[in-house]
Amino acid sequence: MTSTPTTAFVYVTYIRTTPEKLWSALTDADFMRRYWFDTHIETDWKAGSPWRLVYPDGRLADAGEIVETEPPRRLVLTWRNEWKPDLKAEGYARCAFDIEAVPGAARLTVTHRMERPDSKLIEAVSGGWPRILSNLKSLLETGEIVLKVKE
Amino acid sequence: MSDDAVFRALADPSRRQLLDWLHRKNGQSLNELCRGLEMTRQAVAKHLAILEEANLVSVQRHGRKKLHFINPVPINEIAERWIGKFERPRLSALSDLKRKLEGEDQ
Repeated sequence: MTSTPTTAFVYVTYIRTTPEKLWSALTDADFMRRYWFDTHIETDWKAGSPWRLVYPDGRLADAGEIVETEPPRRLVLTWRNEWKPDLKAEGYARCAFDIEAVPGAARLTVTHRMERPDSKLIEAVSGGWPRILSNLKSLLETGEIVLKVKE
Repeated sequence: MSDDAVFRALADPSRRQLLDWLHRKNGQSLNELCRGLEMTRQAVAKHLAILEEANLVSVQRHGRKKLHFINPVPINEIAERWIGKFERPRLSALSDLKRKLEGEDQ
């Protein structure tokens, strides 16, 4: 039995909040701008609908489809980079957000997976997710973010 | 997740080596990790449990295999808290210089 070669990254953070609040933080465009370096996602968050991650100047960053939505526990998206030709050529990755209530906090797991070896897209998002999630955690816990500008 | 647990987990050279190993190839099983490192299976399993406790490693089931993934979020949080706010531009200039002087090109 051989498994498909994949490139994957898994990010886990514990946030002192409720799964419901975390779910709204992940799906509210205005809130998203505050921790996601002024970008936001446009979609109706229904399974089968398209989504677009848009830069503040209106350019398209990434896009895909909502695969699965189960508030406030699980959200799955297909994910393709839309502005770097070599990344776009890799096609669609899959990104899952899993939220689990733990005592006094919510555990958020983001799994970004591409069914190919050495994915450049996964490498590219690996630099971004820890910063975005650190900002999200600080914002939910303290009302402030740590990093104002994306490096 | 407390900073203490992260610092304690990082204080051990074998655990840092395990993280380096996962950084090179993410999503490895216990068997794969044991093959690459000169540690007993028990030692690797024990260190992985401490890393998982500190949220530096997350485990996912993939069929019958348990795969270990490095989780950079807690390290990033520490970096943001202790270094990020003011010092990052200066420090990254310094570490660039150090790398250049030491002739390390990565």
